[in-house]
Amino acid sequence: MDLSYGAEAEAFRQEVRAFLVENWTPGERRGGELKDFIRKFRRAGVEQGYLYRSVPKRYGGSEQPVDVIRAQVIREEFARARAPMEVGGNGVNMTVPTLLEKGTEEQRELFIRKTIDGEYIWGQGYSEPGSGSDLASVRTKAELSADGTKWIINGQKIWTSQGMQSTHMFMLVRTEPDATKHDGITYLLMDLDQPGVTRRPIRQMTGEEGAHTFCEFFFDNAEAPVSWQVGERGQGWYVSRTTLKHERASIGSADGLGRQFSKLVELAREMERLDDPLVRDKLAEIEGRVLSHRYTSFRLFSCAAAGEDPGTVQLMMKLLLTEIGHDMALLAQDVIGEAGMVEPVGAGGRGPRGPRGPNKWLDQIMGSLGNSIAGGTTNIQRNIIGERGLGLPRDLAMSGEK
Amino acid sequence: MLFHLSSEQVAIQDAVRGTLGECWGMEKLHAFAEGEDDFDRQSWDALMALGVGSLALPEADGGAGLGLLDAALVCEVAGEAAAPGPLIGQITAAIAVAACKNAETRALLADIASGAMIVSLAVDSQHVQSARAAQLLLCRDTDGGLELVETGEGVEIEAVAATDRSRPVSKVSIGDAKRYPLFTAGDPMAQRVMDAALVLVAADSLGGAQHCTNLSVEYAKTREQFGQPIGRFQGLKHQLAQMALEVEPARAQVWYAAYSWDAQLPDCTRSAAMAKAHLCEVYTRTTRAAIAAHGGIGYTWEYGLNYWFRRSVHNRAWLGLPAQHRARAADLAGW
Repeated sequence: MDLSYGAEAEAFRQEVRAFLVENWTPGERRGGELKDFIRKFRRAGVEQGYLYRSVPKRYGGSEQPVDVIRAQVIREEFARARAPMEVGGNGVNMTVPTLLEKGTEEQRELFIRKTIDGEYIWGQGYSEPGSGSDLASVRTKAELSADGTKWIINGQKIWTSQGMQSTHMFMLVRTEPDATKHDGITYLLMDLDQPGVTRRPIRQMTGEEGAHTFCEFFFDNAEAPVSWQVGERGQGWYVSRTTLKHERASIGSADGLGRQFSKLVELAREMERLDDPLVRDKLAEIEGRVLSHRYTSFRLFSCAAAGEDPGTVQLMMKLLLTEIGHDMALLAQDVIGEAGMVEPVGAGGRGPRGPRGPNKWLDQIMGSLGNSIAGGTTNIQRNIIGERGLGLPRDLAMSGEK
Repeated sequence: MLFHLSSEQVAIQDAVRGTLGECWGMEKLHAFAEGEDDFDRQSWDALMALGVGSLALPEADGGAGLGLLDAALVCEVAGEAAAPGPLIGQITAAIAVAACKNAETRALLADIASGAMIVSLAVDSQHVQSARAAQLLLCRDTDGGLELVETGEGVEIEAVAATDRSRPVSKVSIGDAKRYPLFTAGDPMAQRVMDAALVLVAADSLGGAQHCTNLSVEYAKTREQFGQPIGRFQGLKHQLAQMALEVEPARAQVWYAAYSWDAQLPDCTRSAAMAKAHLCEVYTRTTRAAIAAHGGIGYTWEYGLNYWFRRSVHNRAWLGLPAQHRARAADLAGW
């Protein structure tokens, strides 16, 4: 085994580093000026082949051959220089790959370039109040207009990230009420700026609310052109499987977990609890799991670089990350002690102006609960590991379905 | 970047698995567990014929020139099979003697590497695997360094009823016996040898935990209650998923600990401590969960799960409990 990336990758690293020294010079720019600068910087990054590597050039990407080592070197060097990478979010992670795989030429032309430029922001229209883990039970319905050119949509979607900022939505709607559950769904794209759409932020248990939280959406005769339907009518469930796959691949970062663990150690030091043998033992016990996660991510990376299938372990990463988050939350709660009685200023906030002080860990303590729900609940993850990973028979409630 | 097993490494594991499959099935394990012996000549000779004793030695010393990682892969399979014999002591001693400069000690190398002389670990514990069969014991000297002690005159060995029936221990008292020096307490090799032993115990635990998980999953697919395979019930399915979630990610931790030992990375001592602590926790939880998942059959002697449970009890207590290694890891991190 060898954890170095090799000479070719290190030479490439020097190239990336030189590019960043030359081009990532934000200086004192602020506001709109900084925004413009970032836009130009990203364009230069695309020209160099560093950003949007899997997106064809004709849609604004850099169309590079798959090379996980180079991609990793680019991530590391951009992070080191604190330079912005791709715009991220659902648009880049889910809409773009789905359109590349299943979209029409018209849809790709219309949406991909504006999405990677950050002009279009995409909300996910999957969950409904009555459809959580049983996503294929969606009831939001779409019917064809009399002239057959538009879908008319009525119903409700929920848990949409970046919902207040979203310009567009990709969604699952029921179009064939008489078909079997999975075969009655169509995948649609929608412009959210229209009279039939109402959105509302959801206040979370953390207290987080307002412009940057999840939203729920209400559709009252909202419209989407039939040409914005992705894939065949009634085949939307299968189109959506592409995007969920992409989402799984983008959840979970070993470095992020490692940083969070280091912060927990620092918290124990600040709270003068790092000499407590119980705290030391618990920290080392949690670190045993953190390291398992970290080295397994090396393993997955190594397999991806070699084009080999890593097997069952790839199904475990989300649940593993979630469980470690719970362990850390419980220890943090004991380490902050009475400080936890007081909500920090800015609780539930995100970003550099987030809360300060030991009680800021309340965000992680509550947030760890959200991780058990978002992106496939913990019990669904256990089903996936048990059924797809270990080959156990499907649950009767679900095996009767397709 | 390479951090998964090569086809050669998979082949090593397959060879050891195949060999143990032929000479160490459940029938042999049962007979051995009921018998008086603390050593099984047939399986030992078969493993040594594969060269596992010299796998991690330099080619100049007649070894295969591979690393601790490859030795760990062998110990993992031995753990899977609950193989008998002081394999971990033998491999650790071979590494120690190959790195030792004392001519008299080095003269033992060929016989240790080939398995002709059996060496068991007797560091920081009186309870020693296969002590009655061993010719040499790897021990701490009076100053905290390492030495080999010849069994026979000056070494008292008292049979005890061992918990781990696959690697029975005896109680050993060492007096005025023939000694071969290895490393003084301050010699970095003394630490390295003990680190290697910890990694190998972690690997044995990984193999055992994986085996118990596999048995539980297979049983859940075939055992029927309420007219269906019990693995269909989410209550059990989720417990089995939890077992797999403990074991499979921990595999990479064993790899890393062995790799960092081979590459002599700055964190190799700490990685060995973390791996020993974590894998013994995993082994304990997994064997307990396996017996729960099986129900009544798992609680019988005949089914045999208890051999792995007992081995997990032994591994956990052997060479320091998980909490002791976590305390070391906390110190080494500068917490």
